[in-house]
Amino acid sequence: MNDKHLSTQFDAELSGISNRVLEMGGLVESQVARSVYALTQFSGESASQVLTAEERVNTMEIEIDRDLSAIIARRQPTARDLRLLIAISRTIANLERVGDEAARIARTVQRLVNSGVSSRMRLPVNDLAYESELAVSQLRKALDAFARLDVERAVEVLKKDDLIDQEFEGLLRKLITFMMEDPRTISSSIDLVFVAKAIERVGAHAKNVAEAIIYVVKGTDVRHHSLEAVEDVVR
Amino acid sequence: MDTKVELHSTEKVKLTVRDLNFYYGSFHALKHINLDIPERKVTAFIGPSGCGKSTLLRVFNRMFELYPEQRAEGQVTLDGEDILSKKLDVSLVRAKIGMVFQKPTPFPMSIYDNIAFGVRLFETLPRVEMDERVEWALKKAALWGEVKDKLNQNGSSLSGGQQQRLCIARGIAIKPEVLLLDEPCSALDPISTGKIEELIHELKADYTVMIVTHNMQQAARCSDYTAYMYLGDLVEFGPTTELFMKPKKRDTEDYITGRFG
Repeated sequence: MNDKHLSTQFDAELSGISNRVLEMGGLVESQVARSVYALTQFSGESASQVLTAEERVNTMEIEIDRDLSAIIARRQPTARDLRLLIAISRTIANLERVGDEAARIARTVQRLVNSGVSSRMRLPVNDLAYESELAVSQLRKALDAFARLDVERAVEVLKKDDLIDQEFEGLLRKLITFMMEDPRTISSSIDLVFVAKAIERVGAHAKNVAEAIIYVVKGTDVRHHSLEAVEDVVR
Repeated sequence: MDTKVELHSTEKVKLTVRDLNFYYGSFHALKHINLDIPERKVTAFIGPSGCGKSTLLRVFNRMFELYPEQRAEGQVTLDGEDILSKKLDVSLVRAKIGMVFQKPTPFPMSIYDNIAFGVRLFETLPRVEMDERVEWALKKAALWGEVKDKLNQNGSSLSGGQQQRLCIARGIAIKPEVLLLDEPCSALDPISTGKIEELIHELKADYTVMIVTHNMQQAARCSDYTAYMYLGDLVEFGPTTELFMKPKKRDTEDYITGRFG
């Protein structure tokens, strides 16, 4: 297999844009982690840091999109190259949404802190931290698979998506119990339900990135496929 | 090499190639080619220089017979009739399978006569009908509007793009069934190329078109099926969208993505 194009400039453009995607991925990964840290520590300051960095995520999406258009216009890519660029387009849209979810969590933290909620209320924030560890690890694995165009690793991400869904369901039950036991926590518990949902979405975006990688390597669009069907494609 | 392709079930096969070998003297230029060309579709042939794509086109209308040291073995059938058979008159084959070359080759005569010349070889038409035929062919080739007031001018007075469309008009004036285009746009600017590609799209309503091109984007733009050839082998043949989006063979992918070298 020959991985290099006749045009070294084209190779440089493709690896350059892939690196930018990974950089954006790293940024949104840390945004999620920081927003959940802000939640567990009830830190308004960490929350504002997330909201400040949100701007950078959005700018990166626009810049990568612009570079994508330029490569398509100049190189008229085909086959694997074209699939890679389509996958990048899908990936950065998902990463930008991950950034949005982190910002959503950060805004919720600010609201909770401003309304006087603190660790004294014993809200189950550590369960949320666990859910977010799962989601961030999924995202990291998906980005890792993207960097190496590793389908096996991408399939691992798809396999583990259920875990986050289960964790979300569990959290929901826990928060409902919490609200029933102490109706004064209803308002902040509802906020946490939305945070749990935001984290669940991060996992779903990681899954979408993993599906895009399979599309690049195998040429088959596996969105909305069952796990068994995906494994057939990869095999 | 096994390059069997299922044509869509609604498509009729116009031209069939079975175990075709071609030799320039002792050089084996085409190796065991098997291919079904669908009727009223555009089939493109791509591949690096020397892969045999132009040779294949030249076999289809027996152009090679002009050279004694060149020979074809195997079978090429047009609607079931073996066109390589010596029993079949070569001019009848060429009446059914027309060809347009890389460089525009207008005859040194008027635009009108460029079209009428070929028609006169096969048909004796009254003046009025011949006028109609010339107009019809020029309209089909999207050239009528530009030349209708100067039909008596020499064909070589036209621009390169117009000359190439004149050659296409000349090719279709005798109402062939198959049109072979060998790099028809390589000497043309993008606007003339665009017009010829538009024309190719319209021609497939009536003709089976085969085009050899070095320009992969051109194959991607204007063909329904694409064949990738390399060193005399047919490496891959399939629907154009599939071949350019998800080729089955690694070699094809390396070539169309520019990793060939």
